Amino acid sequence: MRIAIASGKGGTGKTTLAVNLALKLAENHSTALMDLDVEEPNSGIFLSGKDIKSQKAVRMVPQWDQKSCSLCGKCPAHCRYNAVIRLGDYIMVLPELCHSCYACSELCPDNALPMQEQSLGNIRHLRSGNLDFVESRLDIGLEQASPLIGQALNYADAHFANHEYQILDSPPGTSCAMISATKTADFAILISEPTPFGLYDLSLAVETMRHLGKPFGVVVNRWGVGNSDILDYLEREKITLLAKIPHSREIAKSYSKGEVLYRSYREIDEALSKIIGHLEDIS
Amino acid sequence: MKEIVCISGKGGTGKSSVVSALAWIAKENLVVADCDVDAADLHLIFSPEAKLSEDFYSGVKAVIDPAKCTGCGLCAEKCRFDAINPKDGVYEVSALDCEGCGFCYHICPTEAISLPQQLVGQCYTSDTRFKCSLVHAKLGIGADNSGKLVAKVKNEAKALARKEGKDFLLVDGSPGIGCPVISSLSGADIVLMVTEPSLSAQSDLARLWELIQKFQIPAACIINKADINPEISQTISSWLKQEGIRHLADLPYSSDFQIAITNGQSVTEQNNAKWQPIFFNIWESLKEIQ
Repeated sequence: MRIAIASGKGGTGKTTLAVNLALKLAENHSTALMDLDVEEPNSGIFLSGKDIKSQKAVRMVPQWDQKSCSLCGKCPAHCRYNAVIRLGDYIMVLPELCHSCYACSELCPDNALPMQEQSLGNIRHLRSGNLDFVESRLDIGLEQASPLIGQALNYADAHFANHEYQILDSPPGTSCAMISATKTADFAILISEPTPFGLYDLSLAVETMRHLGKPFGVVVNRWGVGNSDILDYLEREKITLLAKIPHSREIAKSYSKGEVLYRSYREIDEALSKIIGHLEDIS
Repeated sequence: MKEIVCISGKGGTGKSSVVSALAWIAKENLVVADCDVDAADLHLIFSPEAKLSEDFYSGVKAVIDPAKCTGCGLCAEKCRFDAINPKDGVYEVSALDCEGCGFCYHICPTEAISLPQQLVGQCYTSDTRFKCSLVHAKLGIGADNSGKLVAKVKNEAKALARKEGKDFLLVDGSPGIGCPVISSLSGADIVLMVTEPSLSAQSDLARLWELIQKFQIPAACIINKADINPEISQTISSWLKQEGIRHLADLPYSSDFQIAITNGQSVTEQNNAKWQPIFFNIWESLKEIQ
């Protein structure tokens, strides 16, 4: 079963939940944790393990071959992203705008825009005890997270298809990167906090999951701050509350040091047990 | 007019709380832009009244007319995004997967494919109870092109600040370092980074800084919740010095922030005596950065 941990708002505890849930699941089940927050991957801070494999991720972008080009002018017209532009007698490719669709390259009558590899980032597979852990890290300065997220999920398909659980630590927000990370999941766990910011951003994440037709449940983190509007919302919308994790400054301090929490904090271990109980019910 | 962009790398470090407090201090002399378009929250503090609202269209998605489709499958073969699949003898586009490149449109032998423009979201220009204007947006559910909507919000806010003769544009950015962040950085005069003393935030800050250096924008930093882990705060502080980033303030961990948000207030309204001088000083130091 593939489970995405997501949220609208950032900093609500996605990585903490993903890491602790994956480690606890791995005690009794074959489990893989995929860090898909490729812009800012942090799961690795909480885990140590031995390297299994590290591979460069690349994508294909066109490169102009001046000698073959007849300057027919078709390529700028074929590119919807303004990534191929003509300046006088020159064709310029702007790789940061390119979506690797191949249209300019394959529709070029002169074969003057061959596709070439460009670095996208890195995919690294470690094993921490029984847990398979994959971190994907986007090169700094690249705009599009989705292609690397897609490649990391392909890695999971190729290596962890028989694992009982795949936990996906998704990027924040509700835009394309979050959708790429959650769309192949069987179930999503949305984690938020009981403040108006947390509630509003949760409602956006809920709408996104409904748009994708994805079954989901909600974990309320930092219970004790803010108010209880979030529980009223869940009840009104008939959304499953999977667990509440109480707010504690001590937990925040342990988190800051990169510690795994469920072995030291009973309240977190209990919340994880409730979540796992739900996952077993629906699998 | 100076454009100050507030970003953090990591989410949840307090960007929107800082932006709200600074807007409360600066009052009339700025325009605020909420460029965290896929999780925009400033409207919950500013109580905006929209003066102007506009649908924003950008990009396209392919649609196949089943009456014209002969089922040859060329489009599906060429699509790099696995967005086209057979259905009932013809082909169909999955809007969720389509990137709007238009390759299929160009090669369809029966011209069965069209490329309608996509509604990305709504962009609003509002009056607020803080006496400054707020430009904000709502990204459509499942919509692509959030970076384009960020650029739209920022450009509208910039034009408004110039028109109203304001000295500052204050931008609340997205977490991460990808397309919406890059979009909010372009044209900025000062970057204000908000971080917290955790290993995660520290790692995210370093990646963010590497990105900012590509833009060569002067940067300042606030360490929020600094007393949660004083050792890490100290490490970040030394790193800021070494990198030439102005360290504007250490803010203590305080329930005032959560209480303020819960009451729909800026922290300077929640506990004025404590926070007003702190954010006044931050704003004064920010204004001095060249």
